Amino acid sequence: MPRFISYAQAISEALVQAMQEDKDIFIFGLGVDDCKGIFGTTIEVAKQFAPQRVFDTPACENALTGIAIGAALNGKRPVLVHARHDFMLLALDQMINNAAKWTYTYHGQSTLPIVIRAIVGKGWGQGPTHSQNLQAVLAHFPGLIVAVPSNPVDVKGLFIQALKSNSPVVMVEHRALYDLKADVSQEPYRLPFGHARVVRMGRDVTVVATSLMVQETLKAATMLEAQDISVEVVDPVTLNPLDEKTILTSVKKTGHLLCADSDWPKCSFASEVAALVAEKAFYDLKAPIGRLGWKACPAPVSKVLEDEFYPDSQDIVQAILKLLKRHEVKVNPLKTIDSFSGPY
Amino acid sequence: MITKEIQKKLFDLMLKIRQAEEKIVEVYAKEQTMRTPTHLSIGQEAVAAGLGLALHKNDQIFVGHRCHAAYLAKGGSLEGFFAELCGRASGICGGRAGSAHLSDHSAGIYASPILSSMIPVAVGAALSFKMDGKNQVAVAVFGDAAIEEGVFAESLNFAVAKKLPVLFLCENNLYSTYSPMSVRQPSSPIFERVRIPELDTRQIDGNDAVLVYECLSRVVDKVRRESKPYFVECLTYRIREHVGPLFDYDRGYRTKQEVEAWMTKCPIKKLKQELIHSQIMTETAIKTLEEQWQHVCDEAYKKALAAPWPTENTLLNYA
Ligand SMILES: Cc1ncc(C[n+]2csc(CCOP(=O)(O)OP(=O)(O)O)c2C)c(N)n1
Ligand SMILES: [Mg+2]
Repeated sequence: MPRFISYAQAISEALVQAMQEDKDIFIFGLGVDDCKGIFGTTIEVAKQFAPQRVFDTPACENALTGIAIGAALNGKRPVLVHARHDFMLLALDQMINNAAKWTYTYHGQSTLPIVIRAIVGKGWGQGPTHSQNLQAVLAHFPGLIVAVPSNPVDVKGLFIQALKSNSPVVMVEHRALYDLKADVSQEPYRLPFGHARVVRMGRDVTVVATSLMVQETLKAATMLEAQDISVEVVDPVTLNPLDEKTILTSVKKTGHLLCADSDWPKCSFASEVAALVAEKAFYDLKAPIGRLGWKACPAPVSKVLEDEFYPDSQDIVQAILKLLKRHEVKVNPLKTIDSFSGPY
Repeated sequence: MITKEIQKKLFDLMLKIRQAEEKIVEVYAKEQTMRTPTHLSIGQEAVAAGLGLALHKNDQIFVGHRCHAAYLAKGGSLEGFFAELCGRASGICGGRAGSAHLSDHSAGIYASPILSSMIPVAVGAALSFKMDGKNQVAVAVFGDAAIEEGVFAESLNFAVAKKLPVLFLCENNLYSTYSPMSVRQPSSPIFERVRIPELDTRQIDGNDAVLVYECLSRVVDKVRRESKPYFVECLTYRIREHVGPLFDYDRGYRTKQEVEAWMTKCPIKKLKQELIHSQIMTETAIKTLEEQWQHVCDEAYKKALAAPWPTENTLLNYA
């Protein structure tokens, strides 16, 4: 039975259901059992399973990751939580030198069922060091599954899937999506890795968007529809493994590609998709590929600068019009309510 | 109580490790069949042997780049060892891991060469043992330089705060590659610097296999019974170069006299004298044992060379 629940509630529900079913799952990380419960996502599991299976830790991200590995080797399913993705920078040694290489290097002698949650911050002056996204780095190194859920339905299905997987999975969550609501099935369900979702069908241009940018692109698509410009929105869902086929099929149909990423464009997932299409669908393109992401500076705090830093639905509209050489088109901005009113 | 049996077992295990590594010394440069940087433990065998005998079969060791001795002492496959060094499909890790990642998971031995990186993994194993009420112990084995890394401090703090059954075992051989302790650390002994009220630490002669065994079996027992960490520093010395099979007197970072002084403190020589002196083994019996291990290693190496290479189409297996 579907209920209209938020992204944060969907995460909470997935964790509760998975933990009820599998006693080897435990959740740890800084503040996972405190009153805020990682923006509400771990309050319910803490109620049911703390302190044995939900517990607070010292601030030592790299060690915590190694600890997750050691526990996973012995049959546990650790879920390690970073309240901001930026904190994971201190854990990259364990993630990349150990976790990502483990099963391959040791020739399958053991597997690592680990889930690492990382939340990308945005808004209310999160600023330079509380708003970054490491998805491109993580997907670059072979060995980590990287999921970038853009909505409540996907985030629940991906969590259940991750908690049954035998490989290390990084869940890149977006804070600005936490209040987004959708009809989510009460029953546990799994969403496979490596299956992109065509979120909206269209004819004129393909936008491959990730995470928050999926929602922004959907708004842009609605605005352009009034001008008879039809946008197809593809959400890769996981960056690694990557569903190349769905992306290529869409571009072959529309002949136009915009990559709209919740990250800086340089050496990014957007660049990866652009390269993929240039390699495998070049002759289907009717115009050069476009990339849209954050401006080339750290994220500033001041609201005015912050708004300039992040692209939104209006920027996506403009990028699409440029791609289609439809500069003459005037688009009425959509009235949107920012669901996140702060403060953090 | 140290029985004759234990002394013989310690000696046997040290000989096995020594002969395996002497085989590497013999062929490494000459035959070039092992294309993997090797960090030999020649001169440091007593630590691994004492530890190996002090542990239960289902205990686990997590070690860094200098891992051969711990691997063999924990019961890692000898044939898998040589085949791995030779890059063969029958290597313990299918030829993917090489010398510095030598790991036989079924034997409870895990190695990875990023300094200090296996220390938190040992702590995580200990966490799972405690959570599941298992009566197992995890051991992190590392060198004197590993304690300079941040993750060592992180791991120690976590293990002490959460009271986990993990032994931190530091093999202090006085050098990090060519760098002496004096340029890297304060002059006070490591075991004193690491000690806090909640963490017992001690320092022992790491070249005395009997002493190492005696100490570690007591410590491991305590870690197991009380579920709390312990730190032991073993003073020892690497006889060969940091990486590779050669002597390295000529490189200017340590003197020949220093190396030769430590050679006289060779752990195998020491126990051999004790065994002969207390008439536990005769010189002839010892010679025979040595030859037996030499033969076993020769055969394992030969078998490795005759074994098939991994086929190209397996490159992406487990990727
Ligand atoms: C993070 C990291 N930095 C540097 C190195 C290069 N390195 C390999 S072994 C070594 C020396 C280690 O010394 P120690 O821990 O005392 O062990 P030993 O070699 O003496 O047994 C260094 C610096 C490494 N493997 N990992
Ligand atoms: Mg050293």
